[in-house]
Amino acid sequence: MAGQTKGKISRVAGPVVTAEGISPRMYDVVLVGDLKLMGEVIKLVGDKVVIQVYEDTSGIRPGEEVVDTGAPLQVELGPGLLSSVYDGVQRPLPILRDKQGDFVSRGVAAPGLARTTKWKFTPTVKKGAEVQGGAIVGEVPEGNIVHKVLLPINVKGKVKSIQEGQFTVEEPVGELENGQKISMMQTWPVRQPRPYVDKLLPDIPLVTGQRVLDMLFPLAKGGTAAIPGGFGTGKTVTSQQLSKWSDAKIVVYVGCGERGNEMTEVLTTFPELEDPKTGLPLMGRTVLIANTSNMPVAAREASVYTGITIAEYYRDMGYDVSLMADSTSRWAEAMREISSRLEEMPGEEGYPAYLASRLSEFYGRCGRVKTHSGTTGSISVIGAVSPSGGDFSEPVTQNTLRIVKVFWALDSKLRERRHFPAINWLTSYSLYSPILEDWYRQNVAEDWNAVRLWAMETLQKESELQEIVQLVGSDALPEEQRLTLEVARMIREFFLQQSAYHPVDTYSPLKRQYEYMSAIKKFSEHAKKAISLEVPLEKVVSLPCRADLGKLKFEETIDEGMKTVVAAMEKQFAGLGV
Amino acid sequence: MAKEYHTISQIAGPLVFVEKTEPVGYGELVMISLPDGSTKRGQVLDTSDEIVVIQVFEGTGGIDKASGVKFLGETVKMPVSKDMLGRILSGSGEPLDKGPPIIPEKRLEIIGAAINPWARDNPQEFIQTGVSSIDGMNTLVRGQKLPIFSGSGLPHNDIALQIARQAKVLGEKEEFAVVFGAMGITSEEAQYFMKDFERTGALKRAVVFLNLADDPAIERLLTPRLALTTAEYLAFDLNTHVLVIWTDITNYCEALRQIGAAREEVPARRGYPGYMYTDLASMYERAGRIKGKKGSITQFPILSMPGDDITHPIPDLTGYITEGQIVASRELHRKGIFPPVAVERSLSRLMGQGIGPGRTREDHRAVSDQLYAAYAEGRDLRGLVAIVGKEALSERDRKFLDFADSFEDRFVRQDKDEDRTIEQTLDLGWELLSSLPVDSLTKIDRKIVEKYHPSMKKK
Repeated sequence: MAGQTKGKISRVAGPVVTAEGISPRMYDVVLVGDLKLMGEVIKLVGDKVVIQVYEDTSGIRPGEEVVDTGAPLQVELGPGLLSSVYDGVQRPLPILRDKQGDFVSRGVAAPGLARTTKWKFTPTVKKGAEVQGGAIVGEVPEGNIVHKVLLPINVKGKVKSIQEGQFTVEEPVGELENGQKISMMQTWPVRQPRPYVDKLLPDIPLVTGQRVLDMLFPLAKGGTAAIPGGFGTGKTVTSQQLSKWSDAKIVVYVGCGERGNEMTEVLTTFPELEDPKTGLPLMGRTVLIANTSNMPVAAREASVYTGITIAEYYRDMGYDVSLMADSTSRWAEAMREISSRLEEMPGEEGYPAYLASRLSEFYGRCGRVKTHSGTTGSISVIGAVSPSGGDFSEPVTQNTLRIVKVFWALDSKLRERRHFPAINWLTSYSLYSPILEDWYRQNVAEDWNAVRLWAMETLQKESELQEIVQLVGSDALPEEQRLTLEVARMIREFFLQQSAYHPVDTYSPLKRQYEYMSAIKKFSEHAKKAISLEVPLEKVVSLPCRADLGKLKFEETIDEGMKTVVAAMEKQFAGLGV
Repeated sequence: MAKEYHTISQIAGPLVFVEKTEPVGYGELVMISLPDGSTKRGQVLDTSDEIVVIQVFEGTGGIDKASGVKFLGETVKMPVSKDMLGRILSGSGEPLDKGPPIIPEKRLEIIGAAINPWARDNPQEFIQTGVSSIDGMNTLVRGQKLPIFSGSGLPHNDIALQIARQAKVLGEKEEFAVVFGAMGITSEEAQYFMKDFERTGALKRAVVFLNLADDPAIERLLTPRLALTTAEYLAFDLNTHVLVIWTDITNYCEALRQIGAAREEVPARRGYPGYMYTDLASMYERAGRIKGKKGSITQFPILSMPGDDITHPIPDLTGYITEGQIVASRELHRKGIFPPVAVERSLSRLMGQGIGPGRTREDHRAVSDQLYAAYAEGRDLRGLVAIVGKEALSERDRKFLDFADSFEDRFVRQDKDEDRTIEQTLDLGWELLSSLPVDSLTKIDRKIVEKYHPSMKKK
C-alpha cells in the first residue's frame, strides 16, 4: 500500500470530481471533501485525477481535501456475509439506518463485516501442515451453512499454530511459520475476478421448480441466463421465484437500480421465507445487495461487482451459488450516465463503447470451477435485462444475448393474458439442454427428453396452426389438428402457467413435472386414438379427466391425485372404446 | 454577507458562466441582481477554480454581463410548515394566493436523500379509489407511485381528480392530504383543478404548486422537488397520508432536455440527457412508507405520451421506476367510455400485496386474473370477427366476444362521481363472468367458484 496522501479538489460537476495533488492508481478509492465521500479514480489526465463519487456531491467546493487511500474498491470477505443487506459498496443498510436514520445521508463509513461478533472457529488443518493460498484452514457455522475459512490467495506456508475458539473476524486464529497471521477475514478488489484452478463443463442442471424453466429451458449450474422483458412482464417476480426455489446453496441477490418498494418486498419477504429443504430461514444462505434507482449512480455501477465477488468467495468454498442481477440494464444505464458525464465518445445509443466488454467480463466470472481449496463450486448468473420500449435490438440486450446461453423471453402479450410466468415458449431457448440430457436421464426419467421434445413440438405445431385459425377459424380444421390445438392449450394452461402466489403451485419438483407432462402426453395419445375411432373431439375434450388434470396443480395432494387422475383417464378413454 | 461578483463571462440559454470566484459549492443557491434592480435565483451546476456554471431558474432574460452574482453558501431549501395546507404557491414556492408569507418551522433540502431500503415499510394497505378498473384490476396501495400514461385530448385530469376525491383506506376515517404540483400546464387546466378542489373542499387539505406554461421552463426542475419535499414533511414529520399529484411529467422532461442542450451535454435517446433515468428516479422514489412512521406518500403522476407512443423515452423510463401504470385508451375514449382505462395495458405491480383476504376479498386475485384473460380473449376475437364475421364463431367464442363488450360497457364505464366499493366492483365482475361457461373459468380455484359464482351461490 502506498499509504494515504492528500490533495485538493479543483472541479465538481455532479458525481464527477476532479482533483489535483494526489497520484493514485486507476480505480483506487479516494475520500472526497470535508464529508469524506467515497469515490473511485476513473481517469488520470496530466496532474489531474478524475474521480467518480458514490454519493451526492451537493455543497462540495473546489479546494476541499481529497484523501487517496492507496487501495482499489474492495469488499470484506468472511463470516457474517450471509443474512446481510448491503448497499452497492458493501455498507450494511441496517447499520446505516441505526447511524443516520431513515434516509441515507452522506459520508458515513460502515464496515461490511461486524467487528465485534464472535464466531466459533474450528481448525481443519493441524500444526505443521503445509498450506497453499486459497486452502481451507477451518470452519465456522454461519447461517444455514458451514463457512469454510480460506487462506488469502497470496499467502502460503507451514502452519505454526492454529486454535479452536471464539474469535472476531479480525483476531488471529493462527500463524504461519513465516510470521503471517491467519484471521477469518480477507479483502478482495471487486473489479478483479478471484482465481480458480480450472473451469468445468456445466453438465448439472440448476433445478428451479419452475416448470417452464426446468422442463423446456433448463439452466446449468455455472451457466448464464438472461431474462429480458419490458416493464410489467413479471421479470421481478420470476427472478424472486428463482432466488427462493433454485437448488443453489447460496443466493446473492443484487437489486441494481431496483424500485424502492420492490426492494422492500424482497427485504421483507426474504427474512420470512423458509428454506424448503432445511426449514431454516432462507436469509441464512442469502446475501442481499440493494441499490435502488435513487441511490447514487456510481454505487449502482459498483453493486454488480460487489455481488459477484461475494459469490466467488462462496464458490471458492465449494458451494453452488446463484447470482441474480436485477437489472443489468440499470447497471448499463449507470455506465452510460457516468460515461456521458466524463464526456466520453458515445457508442451505440449513447452507451459507452466498452459496454460489450464490460458485460462479457461480468458474465465471464460465472461457471463451474475447480477451486484453489480443492473443491468444486459454481456461480450461475441470471441477469435481468429491461430493454427500453421492449425493443430487443437495443445494445444491452444484444450484447447480453451474444454471451449468455439461456434466454427466458418474457413476453408482455402473455402478461396481458395473465399467463404467468410470462415466458414465451417459442422465442426462449437453452443451449444447455443437450449437455444436461444425461443427467435428466439418470436422475429423473429415462424418457425425460422424449417428453420434453414432444411438448416443444406440440407447441410449435400450435403456433403454425394458429396462423391458419386466424384466417379461417378453428372449425375449418380437421379433427386431428384441432386436437393438437386443444393439447397445446392444456400444455400452456396446465403445465406452463404456474402461480407464484399459490402455496402448492409455486414449486414443482422435477419428478412431478415429468409426471404432469407425461399425463398430458398420454391424454394426447389416447385422444388421437379416440379420434381415429371417429369419436367426436368435443366428447374427448369434455372428459372429466381433462378438467381434473388442470385443477390438479392447485391441490395439496397433487402427487397422489396425479395417480388417481391418470387411472381415471384410462377408464374414461376405455369407455370411449380406446 | 456573501460577496457579490461582477465577473460574468458568458450567458447562454438558461446558463450563466462566472469567472474568478472564491471556491463555490456544487448545487449552491445563487442570487443574481439585474441592472433594473430585480433579482433572479439560480443554482450551481459545475464548479471549478476557474469558472462556475449557474443555471438560472427564472430564465436569463434581462441579465447582462454587469449583473451581480451572489453565492448564498447553501443548497436550495424549502421552508415548510403545517400552515401550508390550503395554500397556493408558485412553481418556486412563493405564495400566489395573496396570503401571508409562510413562517417556516423547518427549512429542508429539496434534493431529498434516498430512503434507506432497509427503513422502508412494505406498502400493502389497499386504497379504494372507487374506480372499478383501478380497484378491481390494477389496485393502488398506500406508498405506491402509479402514473397515468395518457395522451393529448384524453380526460386524464378527470381520472386524477376522481381519484383524489374518492381515495380512501377502508376502515379509516382520515382523508388524504393532497400535494398538487403543476409543471407547465396551461392556466385553464390549472383553473380546472383549482375549481374542483374548491368545489369538493379538498383545497383545505391541499398544498398547490403552480408552474404554468408561460412560467420559465427551468423553474419546472424545481417545482416537483418543492412539492415532494413538502409531501415528505407532511408525511414523515406530521404523520399525514399524502397523495401527490403532479402533471405533466412530459413538460418536466422537456425542461430537462433544454438544460442539457444548453450545457452542451452528450444527448442520449431523442436528445434527452443520459441521466434522465436517475433524475426521474430521484423524484418517483420519494414515494413510500417508512417503518415506525404513520404517514405515507402515494404518487399519482400524470404523463402525456408524445404521439401516444409508450416506447418514447419518457414513459419508457418512467415505467421502469414506477410500480406500474394506468394507461388511458383513445379507443375507449372514442367509444365514449369514461374512465377510458386500457385495462389490458395497465398494471399495478404492488397489487398482489394489497389484495386478498383481510385486505379486500379472498377472490380478488382470481377474479381479476379471470377478467383479464376473458377480456383479452374477447378482444382477440374482435380481430377475427372483422375478417370472418360473427356468424363463423363458435358458441363459446361468441360468449367471449359479448363479454368483452359488456366488460367495457359496465365494468370499465362509470360515472365521474360514482364511488364503487370494492365489493360492488368484485360482484360486478362475477356478474359479468357468469355469462361465460363455468368450465372456462380456469383461473379460479374450484372452491372460490362454488362460493361466489352467482348461479352456484343460489343452489
